[in-house]
Amino acid sequence: MTLARHFAVALGVAVILLLLSLRLSPYRDYQMAEVAAYVTAVAGLTVLIGLSGQISIGNGAFMAIGGYASALVLIHLHWPLELVLLVSVVAAALAGALFGVAAARLRGPYLAGATLMLAVALPSIANQFPSLFGGDQGLTVAITPPAFLGATFPPTRWQAWVTCAGALITLILLANLSRSRVGRSWRAVRDDEVAAALSGLNVARLQILAFVVSAACAGLGGALLALVTGIVAPGAYTLTLSIALLTGAVLGGLGTLPGALWGSLVLVLVPTYLTNVGSSHGLSGAASSSVPIAAYGVVLIVVMLAFPAGIQGGLRRFFGPATAAPLTALRRRTPGSEHQEEGPI
Amino acid sequence: MQEFVEFTLGGIAVGMIYAAIALSLVLVWRGTRVLNYSQGGMAMFTTYVAWVVIRDTGDYWLGFFAALAAGLALGAFLESTAVRPTMGKAPLNSVIVTIGLLILLEGAAGIIYGGQYRSFPAAFSIRGLKIGSFGLGISEADLFTAAAVLAAALALFLVFEYTSIGLRLRATAFSPGVSRLLGIRIGRVLTLGWALAGLFGALAGVLVTPSTFLYPNSMDAIFVLGFTAAVIGGLDSPVGAVIGGVLLGVLLSYAGGYLGSNLVLVYGLAALVLVLMIRPSGLFSGAATRRV
Repeated sequence: MTLARHFAVALGVAVILLLLSLRLSPYRDYQMAEVAAYVTAVAGLTVLIGLSGQISIGNGAFMAIGGYASALVLIHLHWPLELVLLVSVVAAALAGALFGVAAARLRGPYLAGATLMLAVALPSIANQFPSLFGGDQGLTVAITPPAFLGATFPPTRWQAWVTCAGALITLILLANLSRSRVGRSWRAVRDDEVAAALSGLNVARLQILAFVVSAACAGLGGALLALVTGIVAPGAYTLTLSIALLTGAVLGGLGTLPGALWGSLVLVLVPTYLTNVGSSHGLSGAASSSVPIAAYGVVLIVVMLAFPAGIQGGLRRFFGPATAAPLTALRRRTPGSEHQEEGPI
Repeated sequence: MQEFVEFTLGGIAVGMIYAAIALSLVLVWRGTRVLNYSQGGMAMFTTYVAWVVIRDTGDYWLGFFAALAAGLALGAFLESTAVRPTMGKAPLNSVIVTIGLLILLEGAAGIIYGGQYRSFPAAFSIRGLKIGSFGLGISEADLFTAAAVLAAALALFLVFEYTSIGLRLRATAFSPGVSRLLGIRIGRVLTLGWALAGLFGALAGVLVTPSTFLYPNSMDAIFVLGFTAAVIGGLDSPVGAVIGGVLLGVLLSYAGGYLGSNLVLVYGLAALVLVLMIRPSGLFSGAATRRV
């Protein structure tokens, strides 16, 4: 039942997006493609944080792996697009599994710190092997619309189709996963690791699985974003990108897939606007490009302190059923449990 | 032989910086069970304060102490405004809020000071010291770095062990509930912990920036290595933080010197993952306290 409903919703959305892309200008098509690429990555992150209760500040690094994997396969092997995207997913998932196994014993702040380090360290590898990864300049990624669409078909519309298809498939899979046994187990682990372990759940394996899923989504998002922007370079995968993904997930509402869409819309549309506001108020180029970065910070702090359920939580409160449950992981814990993990001094 | 001595001493000097960052993380972690991801951003911001003061007055030491004062103030301010409300909620909240603080500080620095790379002066000569013709790989500035961090760490130790404020800090870290019952004003103590952490971060920022340039992201790499040092030492152990910092500094100095310096951060990541796989709570931490 659930599966069928998810498919029906996705099909409806696909038709709407198709009609929309035919009416939009090439620039809006480009933005649509960008949003779709971000949705893919943010959805993976929101599932990781909201459902499994772990956090990653390094998903930008997995986007880099996906982006570079797709670029390398396109340049050297000339495989068809579906396979290129599949390779990028597999590459990022493998990297996520490697890192996830290594980090399986890490909890909360330790894991976050390790992923933070991954985000800061990974771009330096591209500079170490310039002949393979193109150094600072990076690699160019070029896709052209297939011939049957005609020679005059706008390339940005084709990009929008490809990325929206990728994002929709990801969302269907994630929606089903979160409704499945695995999703329920993740919630159990998130709410109480001890109780989950006592109920026979393999906590470590579930957490690694969540990490791999989020890395795979980030990899696909990275590959899609590379197709849209036409380039992969270390400068595109900074710590700011990883934190932008986190901002999107938190703002949209952690653990909710529609929230990933709202967050990504904001990530794509608002920074340009903020930069313009900054420069129209007399800030220099470098200074006004910092305005969106500061805004990410404000959003993370204010949403976390005041509206932990994010945009989707707000929408649910106004339009949804009255019983919509807030995200338990973010609710106040029982008094007295605040400092349970005290160590001997 | 000469190379080895250079790498070792140079590594110790850099390691003292990591130790300072690690100490600031340990201070906050022990008091509040919060890992302060904004520590690097705070250090970057206070270094900008020093840069402005030095530019306007031409006096290095005025800038140096302005940065330390700014670190104290910034730590106290951020704790009492943004971090306090996350207390008593799921740990995820404080992680996200401090990451928000990090990126907010970096964005604010970019808006106020621009994104350019600025050079930042060192307190003393950065020419390498020599004994006869034997180069040591460190400079007067490095010696000052080591001395300053050690002096600050020693002062911290004395405050913790021999003053009533230190006793309150330790009591609050050990058991906030009982401390509150005993009449300690927990809120003030936690704010003080953050202020001290801000001070250590500011010290690290002023000491390291001459060799990295100053820009909004300039402390990112230093911070993750300081975090690594803190984890190696065990987040609960101030002594471990200093030892972890020096250990990491020397290790990365060898790796960078013999294997090439491009991948220093990757080696750091490898060291972090290795240590955590072998001893998840660090080398110098007490009994493991994780619940699962």
